[in-house]
Amino acid sequence: MIATESLSKRFPRVTALDRLSVDVGPGVTGLVGANGAGKSTLIKILLGLSPATEGRAEVLGLDVATKGAAIRERVGYMPEHDCLPPDVSATEFVVHMARMSGLPPTAARERTADTLRHVGLYEERYRPIGGYSTGMKQRVKLAQALVHDPQLVFLDEPTNGLDPVGRDEMLGLIRRIHTDFGISVLVTSHLLGELERTCDHVVVVDGGKLLRSSSTTDFTQTTTTLAVEVTDSDEHPDGTGAVRDALHARGVRTEDGSGLPGAGHVLLLTAQGEETYDLVRDVIADLGLGLVRMEQRRHHIAEVFRDDGASTPASTSPSTSPSAPRNDDGQRKEAAGHDG
Amino acid sequence: MTVERPTGTPVTSAGDQTRIHNIGYRTYDGPRLGRAYARRSLYSQSLRGAYGLGRSGRSKVLPMLLFAVMCLVAAILVAVTVTTKAKGLPVHYTRYAIIMQGLISLYVASQAPQSVSRDLRFKTVPLYFSRPIETADYVRAKYASLASAIFILTAAPLLVLYVGALLAKLDFADQTKGFAEGLVSVALLSLLFAGIGLVIAAVTPRRGFGIAAVIAVLVISYGAVSTLEAIADTQSSTGAIPWIGLFSPVTLIDGVQTAFLGATSSAPGAAGPGSGQGVVYVLVVLGLIAGAYGLLLRRYKKVGL
Repeated sequence: MIATESLSKRFPRVTALDRLSVDVGPGVTGLVGANGAGKSTLIKILLGLSPATEGRAEVLGLDVATKGAAIRERVGYMPEHDCLPPDVSATEFVVHMARMSGLPPTAARERTADTLRHVGLYEERYRPIGGYSTGMKQRVKLAQALVHDPQLVFLDEPTNGLDPVGRDEMLGLIRRIHTDFGISVLVTSHLLGELERTCDHVVVVDGGKLLRSSSTTDFTQTTTTLAVEVTDSDEHPDGTGAVRDALHARGVRTEDGSGLPGAGHVLLLTAQGEETYDLVRDVIADLGLGLVRMEQRRHHIAEVFRDDGASTPASTSPSTSPSAPRNDDGQRKEAAGHDG
Repeated sequence: MTVERPTGTPVTSAGDQTRIHNIGYRTYDGPRLGRAYARRSLYSQSLRGAYGLGRSGRSKVLPMLLFAVMCLVAAILVAVTVTTKAKGLPVHYTRYAIIMQGLISLYVASQAPQSVSRDLRFKTVPLYFSRPIETADYVRAKYASLASAIFILTAAPLLVLYVGALLAKLDFADQTKGFAEGLVSVALLSLLFAGIGLVIAAVTPRRGFGIAAVIAVLVISYGAVSTLEAIADTQSSTGAIPWIGLFSPVTLIDGVQTAFLGATSSAPGAAGPGSGQGVVYVLVVLGLIAGAYGLLLRRYKKVGL
């Protein structure tokens, strides 16, 4: 879908992209980086709107330097900022944008009706956009990027400004763009956590350099960490300690969840399969303790990026805690890993 | 693209989270008409917008009102001509736009900002440039649409005058020549006013500022120039009048049509430019139009994404 080769973009005072080489295949790809990491600059170059200082890039097999117009006909773009005039209705606006993409009038109207329904706008689409909520505006922005049925869409920070529910809906929608519509997606975000749930592949850039490019399934689903919290009883004043000892006796290694909320009362262990859940349940029942919670803690991409394999994800899992001390490299991405 | 698209088949796994109904996604395999078509679409959308069509009811009021007044005054002139059985129209075709210049300026001031400032203010411009059209297409479409809108505003009353003159059985050849001269004159005026209005409006994303700035440039320049001309006239330095006239859009058009389109100058003492000075007038008008286009191109190179 996208291939760049030592792509650089230098402005008089800053280097926005520094010899970036990355290959992006079909599917949903997340482009992660802090603000100013070069995400928007990359999108501009990929749309053929801004020439690269050096290196080359191809989108859908077309060179961005020479085939910009052909690329823009086949890709969609949803900008990060507001871009909607308040005094027209969503329908009128999206029809106009469809025609700007080259769709004949009738097709533009049909595709607009379809697309707005797909993104979840119904009766309100005939009302002026000025009265829409942020979530509805994001849907209109998404609709204008999809209305001409592109092969690839660039979504720049689509979850910006949305509440948690709106964020989840938008992420679900993004997933659907690929699975149901068959359109590949390049989505940027500064939140790693939300992209790990949505993307097939994640590209991390920092300071215009490629930090890592890999598939999300590679490192988030190999093992599952369980967090277990129990009550204390008269018989076992330190319930957590009792469970830990009992589990150790059965050969299950645990970590203490220092850094997690309720530190000292949380045990972390690696689930090998269904048996582990049963074992934990039985151990706690035998001790006559109450189970406060037992939950899966998915590994966050941030943990994987923290250091290259020196420690296993399980041993570094309390990484979402803001108070946990970490090394320089981890610190930078920790903010990004912070989930919603 | 290697991904298989589920064409037309209903989606079976509609999650409730995303509120997508089970209607299936249809791909689009129809024609994509490209840049030229997109440019034409932008032109017609902007032209309609200049009269409030496709916009809210409130935004139709001013342009429609101005258009009605422009035509109504022409109709009254025709009525006077017919009833008094005059031998000619009371106002020459080329003079009409000069008399009504206040209304024309008001129209330009209200519509130039709505055409370009809105796109800047609401940051819609990047959406255009993420599509096949390019900076030059956008500028050309916007320029052409506003010039056409002004032309419609200024040529329609001339048509009313012409039809009225023929109904009043005035001399056909005479009237046709006058009408043609009038059309050339207002065409030039439309291009000039559209260019000036757009350049000013494209600088500011604030519509109010745009309106005020356009009014200021068009009206104040005319006021200043006519005052200076009047002073020059009372000081009997008539030779200076044509040179002063170079500094306001209305007097520029007046000068061009005085020199080449058989009009009588509206300057004090009818001291319009001769054909030598007329060439300067034409060059200045063409230079301003080209300059406005160039400035707009430069402006939109910057505001891209």
